[in-house]
Amino acid sequence: MSDAPRRTADEPMKEIVVRNNLAAAKLPEEKILADVTAAGYGEEDIFAIKLSLEEAMTNAVRHGNRNDPTKHIVVRYSVTPQRTVICVRDEGLGFHPELVPDCTLPEYIERPCGRGIMLMRAYMTEVEYNENGNEVRMVKVNQR
Amino acid sequence: MAEETTRLKVTKLGTLSLVQFADRRILDELVLQEIEESLMKLVAERDQPPRLLISFSNVDHLASAALGMLITLNKRVKEKSGLLKLSDIKPQIYEVFKITRLNKMFDIYDTLEQARASL
Repeated sequence: MSDAPRRTADEPMKEIVVRNNLAAAKLPEEKILADVTAAGYGEEDIFAIKLSLEEAMTNAVRHGNRNDPTKHIVVRYSVTPQRTVICVRDEGLGFHPELVPDCTLPEYIERPCGRGIMLMRAYMTEVEYNENGNEVRMVKVNQR
Repeated sequence: MAEETTRLKVTKLGTLSLVQFADRRILDELVLQEIEESLMKLVAERDQPPRLLISFSNVDHLASAALGMLITLNKRVKEKSGLLKLSDIKPQIYEVFKITRLNKMFDIYDTLEQARASL
């Protein structure tokens, strides 16, 4: 399948499908963070996962599905005491992450958008996109 | 004198407007939109250059969209030859500013007192 992620997680994954709006996008966040907390992750890791997941969900709602309320977001995840893997897929046409301008460069620093992916890359252990660019896979290794 | 909206508490200290957030998490799009509108009003309401001091003492969490809002606010303030200072940013939030290098763009102080003393 052309829109499959480049690499799948080793652990069995749970799946949540939500409608394309920011209120519904909170549901996977709540479930994943509850699992992460129960698995004994530290405060910094929880902050990192929460921030990255929120950025990924916002990107899916706004940029991927273009705020279309008829579309959906599929979140697959697995949480073990060692690592958390989260995949967020939207129904959009995808994008090329390498074409997003680097907002830390002086010529782009005043751009009000484009920092979500940068934060995800900084806070998660791995961040990668499928070929179509409509699914992001993020991994956070438990630092404890 | 303090004016409160559902999202912001604005205290006027002479010509300075001290802004505090009501929300601990500045994430939600609608919340952000309300905050942005209130802040832009503050910048637009006077003929004089706006002087804003924003305290993040209540804020535990911040999304990249909030950074975008602050960048736009900074531009508006500059256009009116005003000043914008930020203070009391918790270490994990300050990290977000550092990663995005916005700590270089904004005038950031550890405490409100230090920010006021710099004026």
